[in-house]
Amino acid sequence: MTEPSQAVRIEGLRKSFGANQVLKGIDLSLATHEVICLIGASGSGKSTLLRCINLLEPIDAGRIWLLGQEITALGVDENAVRRHVGIVFQSFNLFPHMSVLRNVTLAPVKVLGTPRSVAEQEARELLHRFGLADKESDFPDRLSGGQQQRVAIVRALAMRPQILLLDEVTSALDPELVAEVLDLIRELAAGGMTMLIATHEMGFARDIADRVCFLEDGLIVEDAPPGELFTQPRDERTQRFLRRIVEAGRL
Amino acid sequence: MSTRRAVVLSTVSTIVVLAALTALFLAAPGSKQVRHTFFSPHDMWQSLIGNPKQGYYSVGEALWLNIRMFLAAEVLILVFALVIAVIRQSTGPVTFPLRVISTVYVDVFRGIPLILVILALGFGVPALSLQFVSGQSAAVYGVAALVLSYSAYVSEVYRAGLNSVHQSQVAAARSLGLSRWTALRYVILPQAVRTIIPPLLNDFISLQKDTALVGILGAIEANKAAEIYSDTVFNYSSYTVAAILFLILTIPLARFTDHLIARDRRRRLAGAIS
Repeated sequence: MTEPSQAVRIEGLRKSFGANQVLKGIDLSLATHEVICLIGASGSGKSTLLRCINLLEPIDAGRIWLLGQEITALGVDENAVRRHVGIVFQSFNLFPHMSVLRNVTLAPVKVLGTPRSVAEQEARELLHRFGLADKESDFPDRLSGGQQQRVAIVRALAMRPQILLLDEVTSALDPELVAEVLDLIRELAAGGMTMLIATHEMGFARDIADRVCFLEDGLIVEDAPPGELFTQPRDERTQRFLRRIVEAGRL
Repeated sequence: MSTRRAVVLSTVSTIVVLAALTALFLAAPGSKQVRHTFFSPHDMWQSLIGNPKQGYYSVGEALWLNIRMFLAAEVLILVFALVIAVIRQSTGPVTFPLRVISTVYVDVFRGIPLILVILALGFGVPALSLQFVSGQSAAVYGVAALVLSYSAYVSEVYRAGLNSVHQSQVAAARSLGLSRWTALRYVILPQAVRTIIPPLLNDFISLQKDTALVGILGAIEANKAAEIYSDTVFNYSSYTVAAILFLILTIPLARFTDHLIARDRRRRLAGAIS
């Protein structure tokens, strides 16, 4: 069982792609209003972990609870689960054939059955709040990468998710566009949004996270508050990873 | 080279080529005979308007049956082929038997010559003596055969189109809570359409012509009417009329397809620049 204050709980999660074992037994719990950053080299399993929580990848073993309900049980309606969990991808994945406003309102209208006028009103408020008010009728390919990613976050928020999963959302952006997206996420964290964030931005993780998890080779090697993990990492593998990051000038 | 010069040159070269071909045709030893049997204005006109008293039908009127068969088959193919394509794209274990059936269906009907499918349905189904099913007209069996054969091709066109939309679009749509069907309807299909339309229209141009094959079942379509005329009057000009009518039918669709392809190409290029 799990207390209601737990937004996500994961036990013994395993996932392979063919012979390649990507997650080798992940245990993790995320409290409501908590922000956890997942750090680790590419291929350490961060993205796969997020995709499993959103049920975009079927898992091989283990269990996941969302807001107290087991979502890895048989017969769970995956569409219902996804209404509570938003995910934003590294490559934005906006729908290129729809305007910004349509991108944001599609799911509220088609999934929640919100009347279009209401959905559009809410979408405009969100776009306005995140500095995208004048972009509502533009198509995604007319926007900068940073704007596209902010629209993608707004699109996820329009479903009023209780948990937001962010999968390296700044990795595909030009350096000068990273800040506008990180600022938006900071604002969400300040507003109490429960988030699980896979990121390569160590400074950002240190600022925003309540806890930082370091993943290597499909396992959570170290799970600690950022002050601890970044200054005095206990595990030798974490130390090695952070040393490389510092040498690359990224922390 | 200036545009004007290019136009003049291409016009001249076209005239020269056409004149050479015409000269060759006129100079052939059997030219007069061929002109009489295939291009007799009198026979062309007679076969076009028809004369039931003389025992032959109007090729022009018969073409109406081709058009109706084409339109009926087209609508059915669009729907049926999409169903096949979606089943073949499905991944769940529950739909496995359906996937096998659709795969076998596509393999079989792409492999059998259309004319054999038409014969099998047109002569086989009535012989079954089933109520309702066996009592239909030749045109109905013809349309059924066209639908069976063409849906196999068109489902592959759909499949290629669906595959052309990146998996990340599916992931984005599903992650927002959209069902498989809603994601297909609002996110995947609209993006697949631009890839699908040109080859789809290409198949439909071919379908327009292939309605002529239903004539072997005795349905009086343009080709069959032309055959009856030539059998009655011993002049092949009726076939020339049928050929011209089919051209009038297919050329607009062919030009329209080219137009769409060119437009899409311009859009893609514009998208790449901006």
